[in-house]
This record gives sequence, structure tokens and C-alpha cells, in this order.
Amino acid sequence: MAKLPDDARVSSIRAIRTSAAREIRITARELRTTAARVIRLLPRTAHGPLETQAKHPFWVIVNKEMADHIRSWRFIILLALIALTCFGSLYTALNSIGTPKAVGTRGNASFFFLQLFTATDGTLPSFTVFLNFLGPLLGIAMGFDAVNSELNRGTLSRLLSQPIHRDYLLNAKCIASLLVIAGLFLALTLVTTGLGLLVIGIPPTPAGFLRLLAFTLLTVIYVGFWLNIAILFSVRFRQPATSALTAIAVWLFLTVFYPILIRLVAKAFAPDTASMAMFGPSISGSERTVLDLLRFAPGQLYSDATTTLLMPVVRSLGPLSMDQVAGAIPNPLPVGESIIIVWPQLTGLIAAATACFALSYRSFMRKEIRPR
Amino acid sequence: MIRITALGKRYGELKAVDNLDLTIDKGEVFGLLGPNGAGKSTTILMLLGLTEPSQGAVRVCGFDPTRQPLEVKKRVGYLPDDVGFYDDRSGLENLLFTAQLNRIPKAEALRRAGLLLDQVGLTADAQKRAGAYSRGMRQRLGLADVLIKNPPIIILDEPTLGIDPQGVREFLDLIVRLSKEQGITVLLSSHHLHQVQQVCDRVGLFVGGRLIADGNIDALSTKLFALEPFMVEAGVSTLDQNDIDSLTELFRQIPEVRSVSHTGEIFRIACTRDQTSAVARTVITHGYSLNLLQKKRYGLDEIYHRYFENGGTYGKTA
Repeated sequence: MAKLPDDARVSSIRAIRTSAAREIRITARELRTTAARVIRLLPRTAHGPLETQAKHPFWVIVNKEMADHIRSWRFIILLALIALTCFGSLYTALNSIGTPKAVGTRGNASFFFLQLFTATDGTLPSFTVFLNFLGPLLGIAMGFDAVNSELNRGTLSRLLSQPIHRDYLLNAKCIASLLVIAGLFLALTLVTTGLGLLVIGIPPTPAGFLRLLAFTLLTVIYVGFWLNIAILFSVRFRQPATSALTAIAVWLFLTVFYPILIRLVAKAFAPDTASMAMFGPSISGSERTVLDLLRFAPGQLYSDATTTLLMPVVRSLGPLSMDQVAGAIPNPLPVGESIIIVWPQLTGLIAAATACFALSYRSFMRKEIRPR
Repeated sequence: MIRITALGKRYGELKAVDNLDLTIDKGEVFGLLGPNGAGKSTTILMLLGLTEPSQGAVRVCGFDPTRQPLEVKKRVGYLPDDVGFYDDRSGLENLLFTAQLNRIPKAEALRRAGLLLDQVGLTADAQKRAGAYSRGMRQRLGLADVLIKNPPIIILDEPTLGIDPQGVREFLDLIVRLSKEQGITVLLSSHHLHQVQQVCDRVGLFVGGRLIADGNIDALSTKLFALEPFMVEAGVSTLDQNDIDSLTELFRQIPEVRSVSHTGEIFRIACTRDQTSAVARTVITHGYSLNLLQKKRYGLDEIYHRYFENGGTYGKTA
């Protein structure tokens, strides 16, 4: 452009410009019509040009449920609890990775940032362990009275005598809680990231950031599983206290007693040290069985998955024999590979959550709704 | 507007509703009258598609509530006996929520909610939390909630339960006025005879899952008491069992007497002609002392009592 153009060049440039402008106009118009078509296809979600029309009842319920959650004391208390523990574990993580030794041993500098979520100096558990423990509580707290409180307050029969499908209620409750949980954990992860960034001054790599997002999604699914268990009990039991206690009992069993039980049984069946020396390979087999059994507990799945996602050097979740490790270079895995490793865990969690939801759906649809 | 044919609902062995036939026309105020556990609520739930009938068919505005629940729910407003609201929301917010579920645009919903709150006399309390409402206020808010979707049919299940007498009168007046002004069909279930008598064009008597009779009050009493239009109550003091038996026998011998029953010292003598004086004479000439004598006209009370006694759920106590 710096040169003085002659007439021909000016006109050709003009022609190009006008044709480009026309192209842009046409593309814009196409985009607009496509967008309009897409919007028309979407369920009416209330925003933008559709505001004149009334909202779809489904989203009305979702809105209300979300508002209820956010206003409720229960949620605020749990939020405060989770935020507190997160900052606590962030603090211990910072303490531990502040020492150069930690940097050295944990090796890879490009994923240094992720240690914020997994490292600990021993005084408090790490971020992920805390979430493993508190996430279920959050899910249970949000779901245990989803249906039975409506039934007891007499709002259920009023709600269901409105022109809405019966499953809207259950779906909307589930979706609303999941949205709130997703929002919460996304915010929490980002805040932790931000704070960590302020303190240590090393930004996460794009791959590291992707891993964080995957971790958030995983957490949402994990909490979603507990939410669905709680909703199932809220459909089944009429008293909110009963359903809360049952859900907590299941949680305690799966997180505390189940692993103990499995280890006890495993110890009883495990070969003694003498045979261990003789039949090396079969030991890894029995180890594997124990691990597989432990993975029936969603907490185990979650911790497996978070470990793999946040510690890129982890390359297998089972025991590895010497010849499998031989020749391996201790490099971090790419994000995709890590996700492939946790894929079974992820699908397992999703399947468990879906199964719970399906069960509650089934019993809710066939329930007779009597006024209290 | 509502047509029920051969409707039945069983819970295991128990027949909650048994072979029910009923038709309710447009603009009618129909009273479903019966004791607790007679199957009134079950019938109403089936009308709304909240429970599946075991047999028979229901048509509401021509729609089947089990197959097309949304079409029915669009047209029917339902007020359960103890209506619940979201306690931490205001009355107005609760109304607007219902309106939104019925896809009423916001502006229109606000306008209508204001109008209805005014009609049920809750304008001053519209911003108060629904949890702070009294029972009567809740019920009136419930009526507004039912009406906000402008339904051609409203179904009220025991709407006056637990409201004070003044409140009941106002509430019922409101229902009747709305029905007459806007041509709304009303189905009202109750075990309060007098309230039903006060507002309903037509009454259906519901006992043990069966509709025993229906019609307006006059038709009902002539139909049910065609054979025994008169009832004399006589109180006779200090009696032992022998006296009771002999007196019963004596009353039976009076011509035109159809049946004699007693509770304690009160005899009830049903007869085809007015036999009050004959009853009095019988008591006195046989040396008993008469301390009460009254001739009863059959109102809903008696109709109701009769059917309670003859096959009501509480058995034959009289």
C-alpha cells in the first residue's frame, strides 16, 4: 500500500474490495438466516428475539430450581465449606511446591502448574482428595429432598396439575442442580488457578489448562453421580431425613468401608511371601483383581481419573510389570493419551449416574401423586 | 364437559372407586359429597390423569386424561385440599410461576395475577412470603392460582377444610360468583353437607366408591325417600334393653311405619305418612315418659346419614 498505485491498480483494488464486501454481505446474510433457523429449531430458551414469547415450561422450572439452590442456606454453607478447604489445600500445595526439592522430584516443568491441585505438604489433603471427599456431600445435599419435599409441601400435585409433562420436573431438577454444580466447580477451579498464578507466577501451558478443564468436567460428573443417587432416594423415601441418611450411608460405605472390606478379603486370599517370590506374575494378577474390585466405588474411579489427568507422568492405573516398563521414557503423556487412560473411569461414572437417574425416572413416572 | 363411564380403581383388594358413571355439564356447579375415604379424591386424581384408572373411561372436554394429560391439564384447574406453595416465595411469585408454566407471557401474567389477587382479596399480602399466609389465605391464593390459566373447568378437593366459618362463606360465594360470571364448570368435593347444599346446582352422593345418587337436593330427597318421606324422632327416658325392644316392636305396629332404629334413648321412626302424634300416643299410653319429639324434614343431612348408615364405610352402627 505504501507505493503510489496507478489507475489500473486502483480500480482493480476497488473491484476486489467491492467484491469482497459483497462476499462478506452475502456470508453475513447466510449466517443470519442459518442462525435464525438454528434458533427456531432450539427449544425456546427465552433469550434474545424470542423474549416476546413465553418461556418453555421446562426452563421455567430449571430457572426456579437454580434460584432455589443458590438462595438456600444449605448450598451457601456447603459452598463456603468447599471454598475454604480448597483455599486451605491451595495453601499447603503452595507450601510444598515452594521448595526447590519438590520441583526437582516432580520433574516436568511444563506441568508444574498442575501440582497446585495435587501437591500437599502433609498438613492438609490436596485439592483433589478434598473434592473426592466433599463432592459427594454437595451432590447429596442438593438432591436428597428434590422430590419428597415437594410432595410433603403439597406443591407436587399443584405443579403436576399444570400442563407440563411429568418428567419435566425430574429432568429440570437434575439439570438445574448439574448446572449449578458445573458453574460452581468451574468458578472454583478458575479462582484457584488465578490465585495460584498470582502466587507462583508461572502460567499453565495450554495442555495443562485443557487438563484442568477435563478435571472440572470429571468432578461435575462425579458429583452428578451422587446427585442422582440422592434424587433416587428422594423419589423412593417420603421423609427427606430418611433419604439423606440413606444417601450418606451409601457414601460412607463406598468411601470408607468398601475399601477396607476389599483389602481384608484380599489379604485373606493373598499368597504368602514365600510363594510370592516364586510366582511373580500371578501376584500382579491378584493385585489387579483387588484394584478392579475397588473400582466399584465411584470415589476410586474419581481418584484414578484425577490422578491421571492432573499428573501427566502417570501412564497406567494398574500395576505394571518390569518388562512393561522396560524401555519406557519417563515423559509426560499428551492430554489425549491421558484421557484415553481414564476413559473407562469416565464412562463408568457416567453410566452409574445414568443408571441412578433411570431408576428414579422409572419410579417417579409410575408414582401416584396424592395431595399430602 | 366431564364424562365418566364405568370408571373403577382398585388398590389391591380394595375398590376405591367402583363402576362410576357421571356426567357434568358446562357451567354447572357439581358437588361430590361423601365421607372420608369414599373415593372422591381418587376420582379427582383420575380426572386429572395423576392416577391411572383400573377400568372404564374418562373424558374431560373430550380428552382422555391418561392419553392426553396436557390437553386436560391445560383446561382444568385443580385445587387440592391442602394446597402447598413455595414458602420462601411471595404469593405473587407463586402465581407468576404457575402462569409461566402455562406459557402465559410475563406482562399478561402480571396483569392477570393482579386482577385475581384483587378478586380473592390478597392484594395487600401479595408481596408477603407464602409461608406466612394463614390457612384461609393459602386457600384463596390457591383459587387465584387455579384461575390464572383461565380454565373452563375447576376442580376443588375439600376446598373449605380448616377455614373458619366466615372464611368458608366468602370462599364459597366467590366460587359461585366466578362460576356464574365466567361460565366455569365447577366440581367440588366435600364432606360438609351444608356448604355443598349452599352452592351446588347438583350433588352426587358418594359412598364406598359408588355414586349412590345424583341430582339437585330436592330431586335427591324425593328419589331417595320415595318410600319413607317422613322421619319422627322420639326421645324416651330411662330405658333398659327390654323396654327398648318392646318399644321398637310397638312402634313397628303403628301403621305406615317402615323402619325403626335407635341410638341410646332416641328412636328414629321412618314412615310413609306423618305419624308424629301416633308415636307420641304410643309412648305415653304405655307408660313411658317422652322427653323429645320432633318431625324431621329430609335435608342433605338425613340423606347423607342414611347412606352412611346403610352401607357406608363405618358399617351399620345405628
